[in-house]
Amino acid sequence: MDNSQHTHIVKYKTFAWVLLILLIFTFSSVAITQLELGVYSVTAALVFASIKSVIVLMYFMHLKFDKKFYAIMMAGIVLLLASVIFVTFLDYLYR
Amino acid sequence: MTNHIHIDEHRDDEGAKTGMWIFIFTELLLFGGLFIVYSVYRYLNPMAFHLAAEELDVFLGTVNTVILLVSSMTIAMAITSIQLKKKGLTLILMGVTILLAIIFMVNKYFEWTGKISHGIFPGSEILHQSSQGEILFFGLYYAMTGLHALHIIVGVGFIGYVMWLVKTDDVKHDDYVILENSALYWHLVDLIWIFLFPLFYLIT
Repeated sequence: MDNSQHTHIVKYKTFAWVLLILLIFTFSSVAITQLELGVYSVTAALVFASIKSVIVLMYFMHLKFDKKFYAIMMAGIVLLLASVIFVTFLDYLYR
Repeated sequence: MTNHIHIDEHRDDEGAKTGMWIFIFTELLLFGGLFIVYSVYRYLNPMAFHLAAEELDVFLGTVNTVILLVSSMTIAMAITSIQLKKKGLTLILMGVTILLAIIFMVNKYFEWTGKISHGIFPGSEILHQSSQGEILFFGLYYAMTGLHALHIIVGVGFIGYVMWLVKTDDVKHDDYVILENSALYWHLVDLIWIFLFPLFYLIT
């Protein structure tokens, strides 16, 4: 077998920075939800969670460095889930 | 090595990784479905979910989030160190990941036993006297964090197995796709927690 795949070595420092950013987002989302902003705190918490998961997918899970094929499949799954959530809520909101 | 006959082993790293990703997609759909159940019931019982979520300890949830994020970093770093041919460091980083996973489970144990000792568990007397929404919240809480915890246990086993492969040089700098796959699995566990944490602990 041909094992001459392109190997992208991610630096330790990159991962440390990624962790730092993830921790900042975690503490921000804890802080913002303590403020009792009602609907906005739900939105903020979910937006922060989404940003965190994109960072995890891109750096920790190597999607940024791997073949685009994986990222496209991942986007497809997100789209599928989003549309199922959308359709479910259409049903509950306009029943 | 003694007189081994050299046989070209079949190896397809790309295929192995694609398989792992497809498995991850099925996991995302599994938890995605549970998240939809959660959000519909939350929409139908906003007050009960609000009251019930206040029962959960934000501090403990935050500590566990930090633990999982750090463990995700250490397993990601383990791939870098195996690529740089640093076997010792790889084993240390994987060991730290497993250690953090165990600490996560210890926290989870104290969290669950705390709730159970307060009489909050599926089928308990206290929950039977609560509203439908609160019963649903705690049912989902136990089911979803329990399923997640089960994934943590599987992850510890998987990473432990790969550690052994690293130790015996079956996984090395030019052949480490199973380490990558175990790391992908571990990041999935982290990814799910990233959503479980705000939904159960933060949004009250």
